Amino acid sequence: MSFDELLQIPPYSLGREDKERLLTVRLLELTERHRAGCSRYARILDSTGFDPAKVKDLSGFPFLPVRLFKELSLKSVPQENIVKTMTSSGTTGQAVSKIYLDRITSFNQQKAMIKIVSDFTGSSRMPMIIIDCPSVVKDRNMFSARGAGILGFSMFGSKRIYALNDDMELDTEALRGFLDEHANRPILLFGFTFMIWQHFYKELIRLGDQGITFDLSNGIIIHGGGWKKLVSESVSQEEFRTHLRDVCGLDKIHDYYGMVEQTGCIYMQCEYGHMHASVFSDVIMRRPLDFAPCRVGEKGIIQVLSSIPESYPGHSILTEDEGVLLGEDDCPCGRKGKYFEIVGRLKNAEIRGCSDTYAAKFN
Amino acid sequence: MSNLEKYNKIFTQTLGLKEEQLDGLTYQSVPEWDSVGHMTLISALEGEFSIMLDTMDVLDFSSYEKGKEILSKEEYGVDFNE
Repeated sequence: MSFDELLQIPPYSLGREDKERLLTVRLLELTERHRAGCSRYARILDSTGFDPAKVKDLSGFPFLPVRLFKELSLKSVPQENIVKTMTSSGTTGQAVSKIYLDRITSFNQQKAMIKIVSDFTGSSRMPMIIIDCPSVVKDRNMFSARGAGILGFSMFGSKRIYALNDDMELDTEALRGFLDEHANRPILLFGFTFMIWQHFYKELIRLGDQGITFDLSNGIIIHGGGWKKLVSESVSQEEFRTHLRDVCGLDKIHDYYGMVEQTGCIYMQCEYGHMHASVFSDVIMRRPLDFAPCRVGEKGIIQVLSSIPESYPGHSILTEDEGVLLGEDDCPCGRKGKYFEIVGRLKNAEIRGCSDTYAAKFN
Repeated sequence: MSNLEKYNKIFTQTLGLKEEQLDGLTYQSVPEWDSVGHMTLISALEGEFSIMLDTMDVLDFSSYEKGKEILSKEEYGVDFNE
Protein backbone atom coordinates (compact mmCIF):
# COMPACT_ATOMS: atom_id res chain seq x y z
CA MET A 1 0.00 0.00 0.00
CA SER A 2 1.39 3.40 -0.92
CA PHE A 3 1.23 6.43 1.29
CA ASP A 4 -0.83 8.18 -1.39
CA GLU A 5 -3.72 5.84 -0.64
CA LEU A 6 -3.73 6.99 2.99
CA LEU A 7 -3.59 10.60 1.83
CA GLN A 8 -6.95 10.22 0.10
CA ILE A 9 -8.62 9.58 3.45
CA PRO A 10 -9.76 12.59 5.50
CA PRO A 11 -7.34 12.61 8.46
CA TYR A 12 -9.81 12.03 11.28
CA SER A 13 -12.48 9.96 9.55
CA LEU A 14 -11.52 6.35 10.29
CA GLY A 15 -12.84 4.33 13.21
CA ARG A 16 -10.59 2.02 15.19
CA GLU A 17 -10.93 -1.20 13.19
CA ASP A 18 -10.48 0.39 9.77
CA LYS A 19 -7.53 2.46 10.88
CA GLU A 20 -5.84 -0.45 12.66
CA ARG A 21 -6.17 -2.65 9.59
CA LEU A 22 -4.86 -0.07 7.11
CA LEU A 23 -1.96 1.13 9.25
CA THR A 24 -0.92 -2.43 10.12
CA VAL A 25 -0.61 -3.26 6.41
CA ARG A 26 1.39 -0.13 5.71
CA LEU A 27 3.69 -0.56 8.72
CA LEU A 28 4.38 -4.20 7.90
CA GLU A 29 5.48 -3.07 4.45
CA LEU A 30 7.66 -0.34 5.94
CA THR A 31 9.23 -2.80 8.39
CA GLU A 32 10.20 -5.12 5.53
CA ARG A 33 11.46 -2.21 3.45
CA HIS A 34 13.75 -1.07 6.25
CA ARG A 35 14.89 -4.60 7.01
CA ALA A 36 15.99 -4.91 3.39
CA GLY A 37 17.50 -1.43 3.15
CA CYS A 38 19.18 -0.97 6.53
CA SER A 39 21.44 -3.73 7.80
CA ARG A 40 21.62 -2.26 11.29
CA TYR A 41 17.86 -2.28 11.53
CA ALA A 42 17.75 -5.84 10.20
CA ARG A 43 20.11 -6.94 12.98
CA ILE A 44 17.92 -5.26 15.58
CA LEU A 45 14.85 -7.03 14.22
CA ASP A 46 16.68 -10.36 14.26
CA SER A 47 17.77 -9.87 17.84
CA THR A 48 14.19 -9.27 18.94
CA GLY A 49 13.00 -12.37 17.13
CA PHE A 50 10.51 -10.30 15.17
CA ASP A 51 8.16 -12.41 13.08
CA PRO A 52 5.88 -10.42 10.77
CA ALA A 53 3.44 -13.33 10.57
CA LYS A 54 2.69 -12.84 14.26
CA VAL A 55 1.76 -9.18 13.97
CA LYS A 56 -1.97 -8.95 14.53
CA ASP A 57 -2.30 -5.24 15.21
CA LEU A 58 -0.31 -2.06 15.73
CA SER A 59 0.89 -3.07 19.18
CA GLY A 60 2.89 -5.93 17.64
CA PHE A 61 5.57 -3.80 16.00
CA PRO A 62 8.99 -3.56 17.63
CA PHE A 63 10.00 0.00 18.52
CA LEU A 64 13.35 1.70 18.53
CA PRO A 65 14.26 3.96 21.45
CA VAL A 66 14.37 7.51 20.18
CA ARG A 67 17.94 7.93 21.44
CA LEU A 68 19.15 5.40 18.92
CA PHE A 69 18.94 8.04 16.18
CA LYS A 70 21.59 9.99 18.08
CA GLU A 71 23.89 7.07 18.51
CA LEU A 72 23.57 5.43 15.12
CA SER A 73 23.28 6.67 11.58
CA LEU A 74 20.21 4.83 10.33
CA LYS A 75 19.12 5.03 6.74
CA SER A 76 17.40 2.64 4.36
CA VAL A 77 18.28 4.22 1.01
CA PRO A 78 21.62 4.97 -0.66
CA GLN A 79 23.26 8.23 0.40
CA GLU A 80 22.76 9.74 -3.08
CA ASN A 81 18.98 9.59 -2.56
CA ILE A 82 19.14 11.71 0.59
CA VAL A 83 17.91 15.23 -0.13
CA LYS A 84 17.70 16.56 3.41
CA THR A 85 19.15 15.71 6.81
CA MET A 86 17.12 16.93 9.74
CA THR A 87 18.53 17.31 13.21
CA SER A 88 16.72 17.42 16.52
CA SER A 89 16.96 20.47 18.70
CA GLY A 90 19.37 19.97 21.55
CA THR A 91 20.96 22.06 24.22
CA THR A 92 24.63 22.90 23.82
CA GLY A 93 26.80 19.80 24.05
CA GLN A 94 23.92 17.38 23.58
CA ALA A 95 24.09 14.81 20.84
CA VAL A 96 21.43 15.39 18.18
CA SER A 97 19.36 12.95 16.19
CA LYS A 98 20.09 12.82 12.49
CA ILE A 99 17.16 11.92 10.30
CA TYR A 100 17.82 11.20 6.64
CA LEU A 101 15.09 12.08 4.17
CA ASP A 102 14.73 11.10 0.54
CA ARG A 103 12.54 13.10 -1.79
CA ILE A 104 9.40 11.03 -1.34
CA THR A 105 9.61 10.92 2.47
CA SER A 106 10.18 14.66 2.66
CA PHE A 107 7.27 15.30 0.30
CA ASN A 108 4.92 12.98 2.19
CA GLN A 109 5.78 14.68 5.47
CA GLN A 110 4.60 17.97 4.08
CA LYS A 111 1.48 16.48 2.52
CA ALA A 112 0.47 14.79 5.76
CA MET A 113 1.02 17.98 7.70
CA ILE A 114 -1.12 19.98 5.28
CA LYS A 115 -3.96 17.47 5.61
CA ILE A 116 -3.75 17.50 9.41
CA VAL A 117 -3.44 21.24 9.94
CA SER A 118 -6.06 22.09 7.29
CA ASP A 119 -8.57 20.13 9.33
CA PHE A 120 -8.16 22.82 11.98
CA THR A 121 -7.49 25.94 9.91
CA GLY A 122 -9.30 25.28 6.62
CA SER A 123 -7.51 24.83 3.32
CA SER A 124 -7.16 28.46 2.34
CA ARG A 125 -3.97 30.16 3.41
CA MET A 126 -3.97 33.09 5.80
CA PRO A 127 -1.77 36.04 6.64
CA MET A 128 0.70 34.60 9.11
CA ILE A 129 2.65 35.90 12.06
CA ILE A 130 5.64 33.79 13.04
CA ILE A 131 6.57 34.38 16.66
CA ASP A 132 10.28 33.86 16.23
CA CYS A 133 13.22 35.64 14.66
CA PRO A 134 14.07 35.49 10.95
CA SER A 135 17.62 34.23 11.49
CA VAL A 136 16.32 30.78 12.49
CA VAL A 137 15.75 29.89 8.85
CA LYS A 138 18.80 31.68 7.43
CA ASP A 139 21.18 28.75 7.43
CA ARG A 140 19.67 26.93 4.54
CA ASN A 141 22.05 24.00 4.48
CA MET A 142 21.50 22.74 7.98
CA PHE A 143 17.94 22.75 9.15
CA SER A 144 17.38 22.67 12.84
CA ALA A 145 14.08 21.25 13.97
CA ARG A 146 13.10 24.78 14.96
CA GLY A 147 13.74 26.17 11.49
CA ALA A 148 12.13 23.17 9.85
CA GLY A 149 9.03 23.58 12.00
CA ILE A 150 8.73 27.20 10.98
CA LEU A 151 9.26 26.45 7.31
CA GLY A 152 6.80 23.58 7.44
CA PHE A 153 4.09 25.79 8.84
CA SER A 154 4.98 28.64 6.47
CA MET A 155 3.04 26.78 3.78
CA PHE A 156 -0.13 27.91 5.53
CA GLY A 157 0.79 31.57 5.38
CA SER A 158 -0.07 33.84 2.46
CA LYS A 159 1.81 36.92 3.65
CA ARG A 160 4.25 36.27 6.49
CA ILE A 161 6.07 38.34 9.04
CA TYR A 162 8.41 37.47 11.86
CA ALA A 163 7.18 39.12 15.04
CA LEU A 164 10.59 39.10 16.71
CA ASN A 165 13.87 40.60 15.57
CA ASP A 166 17.15 38.73 15.81
CA ASP A 167 17.59 39.92 19.39
CA MET A 168 14.27 38.19 20.15
CA GLU A 169 12.52 41.52 20.78
CA LEU A 170 8.94 42.09 19.68
CA ASP A 171 8.83 44.27 16.57
CA THR A 172 5.76 46.27 17.55
CA GLU A 173 5.81 48.49 14.47
CA ALA A 174 5.86 45.58 12.06
CA LEU A 175 3.17 43.82 14.05
CA ARG A 176 0.94 46.90 14.09
CA GLY A 177 1.37 47.45 10.36
CA PHE A 178 0.62 43.84 9.56
CA LEU A 179 -2.51 43.75 11.71
CA ASP A 180 -3.78 47.00 10.15
CA GLU A 181 -3.16 45.66 6.66
CA HIS A 182 -5.10 42.46 7.38
CA ALA A 183 -7.78 43.81 9.68
CA ASN A 184 -10.98 41.75 9.98
CA ARG A 185 -9.41 38.71 8.36
CA PRO A 186 -8.47 35.42 9.99
CA ILE A 187 -4.80 35.44 10.92
CA LEU A 188 -2.58 32.47 11.62
CA LEU A 189 0.07 32.68 14.31
CA PHE A 190 2.76 30.09 14.83
CA GLY A 191 5.51 29.74 17.37
CA PHE A 192 7.14 27.62 20.01
CA THR A 193 5.48 27.61 23.40
CA PHE A 194 8.25 29.12 25.47
CA MET A 195 9.12 31.80 22.89
CA ILE A 196 5.47 32.83 22.79
CA TRP A 197 5.37 33.12 26.56
CA GLN A 198 8.71 34.80 27.09
CA HIS A 199 8.95 37.16 24.11
CA PHE A 200 5.36 37.72 23.03
CA TYR A 201 3.00 37.33 25.96
CA LYS A 202 5.26 39.01 28.54
CA GLU A 203 5.99 41.88 26.15
CA LEU A 204 2.29 42.36 25.42
CA ILE A 205 1.68 42.58 29.17
CA ARG A 206 4.43 45.18 29.52
CA LEU A 207 3.07 47.20 26.58
CA GLY A 208 -0.46 46.88 27.95
CA ASP A 209 0.68 48.64 31.10
CA GLN A 210 1.62 51.57 28.86
CA GLY A 211 -1.76 51.51 27.17
CA ILE A 212 -0.50 49.86 23.98
CA THR A 213 -2.69 46.93 22.98
CA PHE A 214 -3.06 44.56 20.06
CA ASP A 215 -6.27 42.84 19.02
CA LEU A 216 -5.75 39.28 17.85
CA SER A 217 -9.30 38.06 18.29
CA ASN A 218 -9.30 37.06 14.59
CA GLY A 219 -6.28 34.88 15.18
CA ILE A 220 -5.71 31.18 15.41
CA ILE A 221 -2.43 30.20 17.04
CA ILE A 222 -0.59 26.91 16.69
CA HIS A 223 2.25 26.28 19.10
CA GLY A 224 4.44 23.38 20.14
CA GLY A 225 7.87 22.36 21.27
CA GLY A 226 7.51 21.41 24.90
CA TRP A 227 6.12 22.65 28.18
CA LYS A 228 8.92 21.82 30.54
CA LYS A 229 10.17 25.35 31.08
CA LEU A 230 6.69 26.76 31.62
CA VAL A 231 5.86 23.97 34.04
CA SER A 232 8.95 24.96 36.03
CA GLU A 233 7.62 28.53 36.07
CA SER A 234 4.33 27.10 37.27
CA VAL A 235 2.43 28.14 34.16
CA SER A 236 -0.18 25.50 33.41
CA GLN A 237 -1.63 24.87 29.97
CA GLU A 238 -4.89 26.35 31.14
CA GLU A 239 -3.17 29.50 32.39
CA PHE A 240 -1.22 29.81 29.16
CA ARG A 241 -4.48 29.82 27.22
CA THR A 242 -6.35 32.10 29.58
CA HIS A 243 -3.56 34.66 29.78
CA LEU A 244 -3.05 34.75 26.02
CA ARG A 245 -6.75 35.29 25.53
CA ASP A 246 -6.86 38.04 28.14
CA VAL A 247 -3.93 39.99 26.76
CA CYS A 248 -4.83 40.06 23.05
CA GLY A 249 -8.15 38.30 22.54
CA LEU A 250 -6.58 35.16 21.04
CA ASP A 251 -9.16 32.47 21.50
CA LYS A 252 -8.26 29.67 19.12
CA ILE A 253 -5.18 28.13 20.64
CA HIS A 254 -3.86 24.75 19.50
CA ASP A 255 -0.86 23.03 21.00
CA TYR A 256 0.72 20.25 18.98
CA TYR A 257 2.95 17.30 19.78
CA GLY A 258 5.51 16.16 17.27
CA MET A 259 9.14 15.28 16.87
CA VAL A 260 11.78 15.52 14.19
CA GLU A 261 12.04 11.71 14.06
CA GLN A 262 8.49 11.62 12.71
CA THR A 263 8.06 15.00 11.05
CA GLY A 264 4.71 15.49 9.34
CA CYS A 265 2.71 13.31 11.70
CA ILE A 266 1.92 15.93 14.26
CA TYR A 267 -0.72 15.50 16.93
CA MET A 268 -2.96 18.57 17.07
CA GLN A 269 -4.87 19.64 20.11
CA CYS A 270 -8.60 20.08 19.51
CA GLU A 271 -11.05 22.58 20.93
CA TYR A 272 -11.45 20.33 23.98
CA GLY A 273 -7.75 20.31 24.77
CA HIS A 274 -7.12 16.75 23.55
CA MET A 275 -4.21 15.70 21.31
CA HIS A 276 -5.43 13.71 18.30
CA ALA A 277 -3.81 10.97 16.23
CA SER A 278 -4.59 11.23 12.52
CA VAL A 279 -4.95 8.33 10.06
CA PHE A 280 -1.26 8.75 9.20
CA SER A 281 0.03 7.80 12.61
CA ASP A 282 -0.85 6.42 16.01
CA VAL A 283 0.23 6.36 19.63
CA ILE A 284 0.42 3.53 22.14
CA MET A 285 1.05 4.28 25.81
CA ARG A 286 3.22 1.57 27.35
CA ARG A 287 3.85 0.48 30.92
CA PRO A 288 7.42 1.15 31.99
CA LEU A 289 7.91 -2.24 33.64
CA ASP A 290 6.92 -4.64 30.88
CA PHE A 291 6.03 -2.33 27.97
CA ALA A 292 2.53 -3.77 27.78
CA PRO A 293 -0.02 -1.31 26.34
CA CYS A 294 -1.77 0.79 28.98
CA ARG A 295 -5.49 0.98 29.54
CA VAL A 296 -7.43 4.16 28.87
CA GLY A 297 -6.63 6.61 31.64
CA GLU A 298 -3.37 4.94 32.66
CA LYS A 299 -0.11 6.89 32.36
CA GLY A 300 2.57 5.34 30.17
CA ILE A 301 5.58 5.92 27.94
CA ILE A 302 4.49 7.10 24.52
CA GLN A 303 5.26 4.94 21.49
CA VAL A 304 4.66 6.71 18.18
CA LEU A 305 3.94 4.94 14.89
CA SER A 306 4.13 6.76 11.56
CA SER A 307 3.20 5.57 8.09
CA ILE A 308 5.54 8.06 6.41
CA PRO A 309 9.24 7.15 6.84
CA GLU A 310 10.61 5.30 3.82
CA SER A 311 14.22 6.46 3.94
CA TYR A 312 15.02 5.72 7.61
CA PRO A 313 13.63 3.09 10.01
CA GLY A 314 11.70 5.51 12.19
CA HIS A 315 8.17 4.25 11.70
CA SER A 316 7.93 2.86 15.24
CA ILE A 317 9.69 4.72 18.04
CA LEU A 318 9.56 4.72 21.81
CA THR A 319 9.77 8.33 22.98
CA GLU A 320 10.93 9.59 26.36
CA ASP A 321 7.60 11.30 26.94
CA GLU A 322 4.78 10.18 29.17
CA GLY A 323 1.14 10.44 28.21
CA VAL A 324 -2.33 9.22 29.00
CA LEU A 325 -4.74 7.79 26.46
CA LEU A 326 -8.05 9.52 27.05
CA GLY A 327 -10.19 7.62 24.59
CA GLU A 328 -10.70 6.55 21.00
CA ASP A 329 -13.22 7.61 18.33
CA ASP A 330 -15.42 9.45 20.84
CA CYS A 331 -13.92 12.88 21.48
CA PRO A 332 -16.70 15.48 21.71
CA CYS A 333 -14.99 17.44 18.90
CA GLY A 334 -16.12 14.71 16.49
CA ARG A 335 -12.67 13.64 15.27
CA LYS A 336 -12.10 9.91 15.18
CA GLY A 337 -8.97 8.12 16.29
CA LYS A 338 -7.14 8.08 19.59
CA TYR A 339 -6.96 11.19 21.72
CA PHE A 340 -4.60 11.70 24.61
CA GLU A 341 -2.72 14.14 26.75
CA ILE A 342 0.99 14.61 27.33
CA VAL A 343 1.99 14.35 30.96
CA GLY A 344 5.65 15.26 30.65
CA ARG A 345 9.12 13.89 30.11
CA LEU A 346 10.48 10.77 31.75
CA LYS A 347 12.70 11.55 34.72
CA ASN A 348 16.33 11.95 33.70
CA ALA A 349 15.40 12.19 30.05
CA GLU A 350 17.36 14.73 28.08
CA ILE A 351 15.90 18.16 27.51
CA ARG A 352 14.58 18.34 23.99
CA GLY A 353 11.91 20.11 21.98
CA CYS A 354 12.33 23.41 20.17
CA SER A 355 10.83 25.32 23.03
CA ASP A 356 12.58 23.63 25.92
CA THR A 357 16.09 23.53 24.48
CA TYR A 358 15.88 27.25 23.81
CA ALA A 359 14.46 27.85 27.28
CA ALA A 360 17.40 26.03 28.88
CA LYS A 361 19.44 29.17 28.22
CA PHE A 362 17.22 31.07 30.61
CA ASN A 363 18.17 29.05 33.68
CA MET B 1 4.13 41.95 -20.91
CA SER B 2 2.53 38.54 -21.55
CA ASN B 3 1.71 36.20 -18.69
CA LEU B 4 4.50 33.89 -19.74
CA GLU B 5 6.97 36.77 -19.67
CA LYS B 6 5.74 37.76 -16.22
CA TYR B 7 6.01 34.15 -15.02
CA ASN B 8 9.55 33.86 -16.33
CA LYS B 9 10.54 37.19 -14.84
CA ILE B 10 9.40 36.13 -11.37
CA PHE B 11 11.42 32.92 -11.67
CA THR B 12 14.59 34.60 -12.82
CA GLN B 13 14.34 37.45 -10.33
CA THR B 14 13.37 35.59 -7.17
CA LEU B 15 15.65 32.62 -7.76
CA GLY B 16 18.47 34.56 -9.40
CA LEU B 17 18.52 32.36 -12.50
CA LYS B 18 18.91 32.99 -16.22
CA GLU B 19 16.00 32.43 -18.56
CA GLU B 20 17.86 29.58 -20.31
CA GLN B 21 17.81 27.65 -17.03
CA LEU B 22 14.03 27.59 -16.69
CA ASP B 23 12.99 24.80 -19.08
CA GLY B 24 12.88 21.55 -17.14
CA LEU B 25 13.78 23.27 -13.88
CA THR B 26 12.59 21.31 -10.81
CA TYR B 27 12.29 22.08 -7.12
CA GLN B 28 15.56 21.54 -5.27
CA SER B 29 17.51 21.03 -8.52
CA VAL B 30 19.36 24.32 -7.92
CA PRO B 31 20.46 25.63 -4.49
CA GLU B 32 18.30 28.77 -4.88
CA TRP B 33 15.07 26.80 -5.25
CA ASP B 34 15.01 25.24 -1.79
CA SER B 35 12.17 25.42 0.71
CA VAL B 36 12.95 29.03 1.59
CA GLY B 37 13.25 30.07 -2.05
CA HIS B 38 10.02 28.22 -2.75
CA MET B 39 7.96 30.36 -0.40
CA THR B 40 9.54 33.54 -1.84
CA LEU B 41 8.74 32.36 -5.35
CA ILE B 42 5.12 31.51 -4.50
CA SER B 43 4.58 34.86 -2.76
CA ALA B 44 6.00 36.74 -5.74
CA LEU B 45 3.82 34.82 -8.21
CA GLU B 46 0.75 35.40 -6.08
CA GLY B 47 1.49 39.11 -5.96
CA GLU B 48 2.16 39.36 -9.70
CA PHE B 49 -1.03 37.56 -10.74
CA SER B 50 -3.20 38.67 -7.78
CA ILE B 51 -4.08 35.11 -6.86
CA MET B 52 -3.83 32.95 -3.76
CA LEU B 53 -2.78 29.35 -4.20
CA ASP B 54 -4.34 26.57 -2.16
CA THR B 55 -1.93 24.94 0.31
CA MET B 56 -1.76 21.66 -1.63
CA ASP B 57 -0.97 23.56 -4.83
CA VAL B 58 1.93 25.29 -3.10
CA LEU B 59 3.31 21.84 -2.36
CA ASP B 60 2.54 20.39 -5.81
CA PHE B 61 4.37 23.30 -7.47
CA SER B 62 7.37 21.06 -8.07
CA SER B 63 8.74 22.33 -11.37
CA TYR B 64 8.72 25.25 -13.78
CA GLU B 65 6.30 23.36 -16.03
CA LYS B 66 4.09 22.08 -13.20
CA GLY B 67 3.76 25.65 -11.96
CA LYS B 68 2.33 26.75 -15.30
CA GLU B 69 -0.14 23.89 -15.17
CA ILE B 70 -1.28 24.89 -11.67
CA LEU B 71 -1.62 28.57 -12.48
CA SER B 72 -3.66 27.67 -15.59
CA LYS B 73 -6.25 25.90 -13.45
CA GLU B 74 -9.71 27.40 -13.52
CA GLU B 75 -9.59 28.82 -10.00
CA TYR B 76 -6.47 30.86 -10.77
CA GLY B 77 -7.18 31.53 -14.44
CA VAL B 78 -3.72 32.55 -15.64
CA ASP B 79 -3.70 32.12 -19.43
CA PHE B 80 -0.25 31.39 -20.80
CA ASN B 81 -1.39 31.37 -24.42
CA GLU B 82 -2.46 34.99 -24.58
